[in-house]
Amino acid sequence: MYVAVKGGERAIDNAHAWLAEERRGDASVPELSVAQIREQMTLAVNRVMAEGSLYDPDLAALAIKQARGDLIEAVFLIRAYRTTLPRFGASRPMDTGTMACDRRVSATFKDAPGGQVLGPTFDYTHRLLDFKLAADGEVPSAPEVADAEPSKDTPHIMEFLDREGLMQRDTDTSTPPRDLTREPLELPATRDLRLQALTRGDEGFVLGMAYSTQRGYARNHAFVAELRIGKVAVEMDIPELGFAIEIGEVELTECETVNQFTGSKSEPPQFTRGYGLVFGMSERKAISMALVDRALRWEELGEDNLGAPAQDAEFVLYHADNIQATGFLEHIKLPHYVDFQSELELIRKLRREATAAQDAPREAAE
Amino acid sequence: MSPAMTPSEQYTNEDRGMNDYNFAYLDEQTKRMIRRAILKGLAIPGYQVPFASREMPMPYGWGTGGVQVSAAVLTPEDTFKVIDQGADDTTNAVSIRRFFQKTAGVAVTEATTEASVIQTRHRIPEAALRVDQVLVYQVPIPEPLRFLEPSEVETRKMHELEEYGLMHVKLYEDIAQHGAIATAYAYPVKVEGRYVMDPSPIPKFDNPKLEMAAIQLFGAGREQRIYALPPYTQVVSLDFEDYPFEASKADHPCGLCGAEDSYLDELIVDDAGGRLFMCSDTDYCAARQAAGHRGADAAPVLEGMA
Repeated sequence: MYVAVKGGERAIDNAHAWLAEERRGDASVPELSVAQIREQMTLAVNRVMAEGSLYDPDLAALAIKQARGDLIEAVFLIRAYRTTLPRFGASRPMDTGTMACDRRVSATFKDAPGGQVLGPTFDYTHRLLDFKLAADGEVPSAPEVADAEPSKDTPHIMEFLDREGLMQRDTDTSTPPRDLTREPLELPATRDLRLQALTRGDEGFVLGMAYSTQRGYARNHAFVAELRIGKVAVEMDIPELGFAIEIGEVELTECETVNQFTGSKSEPPQFTRGYGLVFGMSERKAISMALVDRALRWEELGEDNLGAPAQDAEFVLYHADNIQATGFLEHIKLPHYVDFQSELELIRKLRREATAAQDAPREAAE
Repeated sequence: MSPAMTPSEQYTNEDRGMNDYNFAYLDEQTKRMIRRAILKGLAIPGYQVPFASREMPMPYGWGTGGVQVSAAVLTPEDTFKVIDQGADDTTNAVSIRRFFQKTAGVAVTEATTEASVIQTRHRIPEAALRVDQVLVYQVPIPEPLRFLEPSEVETRKMHELEEYGLMHVKLYEDIAQHGAIATAYAYPVKVEGRYVMDPSPIPKFDNPKLEMAAIQLFGAGREQRIYALPPYTQVVSLDFEDYPFEASKADHPCGLCGAEDSYLDELIVDDAGGRLFMCSDTDYCAARQAAGHRGADAAPVLEGMA
């Protein structure tokens, strides 16, 4: 005799209680504060803001804490929160030329107006574990410029190439950009939608796609014309006032690449542009984004479709979102026994018939 | 909330409860957008309507499409039932039911006949549904042609042109290779002689029930599609004259209630690999047992305990 299994409700409650305990870890170790995560795990916070599409370092830090450091889970928490927020307007297009740059490097010119500013980068650190950090994390403060001038606008390096007519111009269609989070993605996707999908796409996925173009799958010879990181003011038009006011500032990483373009029948050879813009200090993502953006532009630039994954907008856009991907991937651990049962019956039936068909001629021969 | 507070302060200081969310979680604008998609779906049975799916507080793949459709159709007067694999007490069914108890405060039930809205994953209830009921399906991949053609651009074109030859070739190849159509669930159907539709991963046993009195709504959250079957819509499972469609189930009665007409789960009940077959529709099985039906493996009713 058999009594049917029940208890889904109690199992869920107990699992949640256990999860909460595991998240906290050993209670004799002091608990992490949200402020500690925000200040000391900044790059994780930045990634969660970028892929969560919500600029709020406090909430991102809270999400990381709640997610036990699983950044995709943290992105998910932010996305689920973000989607409930009312939309009361859109900002003016941000002018990254006014960025107060903490870092600004160009790989195409040794020097340019505004200079090369290395900023807080890992680039030239030796990746040696610093055991002093394990003992006590205090570091002497970094030297500062004695009387720093108020930061001036830093011109984009691209502008200098632009003036010479060497850059292919990105034309302003003057249509307001569409919103990927409020409309279903339909193909073919315009560049505004592609860039939105890339900036909130999974860093690992976008990196892999970009890397594949470097290794020859739709290679597009990218130079980093400029990579800049810093704070930019966000302005919004207030209808009641009749003018725009600054509502805050956000930290951004912007990458512009210069790519070769051999020209076509109607166009002499020119450089073309790949563009990456990501919340926070997220260099790897911004460069990757620029490379993939450029690869996806093959059609509008009249290039050949080489059949490379990074050229396939449908492939890239449908698979870049880690929240969609992880959800669908992980859902296969949910019960599927009804479907499996129907497969079981089918395979038993097919095997029965196949075995019978094999046996039949032998019997006839005997 | 004081205007001086940042959103994060509001979040941490007030410990935002579910009561701060709108009825059934989604805001009214979003519901209106989803209702439009549903109405369009009902007007063009079997056609996949793109909709601006939202991130829900449960993962994609856990029924976010069904949850959004339920949220858009639920009213405070509704009685809600959720099943997964036919059962009300599977963990995800419990989780979704609780979500709407919390966010909509609707009455919930496990009885198919008492529910006005039923959300389901992978099954159609055994009891025939009525005109005053709505059945909401969770759909993973809404595109029946997806595994024959991975590109959405291509498959939408195929639907536009009613170009379903590829599907028939696939079914034919099954027969050529296996002697039978080797699709056991998510068996494709043709709706009102026009659109080929994925009925979601229900076992093909359930396909004949797709022609029913209730409204059927299909929600695919991650894939951003909604489609629908109005009451009494013609739904034909694809087949060939000489290889007709066959709704199949395990060739056993239910071990608990003795039903011969219900879809069965197969359980492994001992180390020797002993099997038990029982109704996947737990409400159907429980109702039959309450009415005194007994299967071969059911616990005996003790005297004076019934």
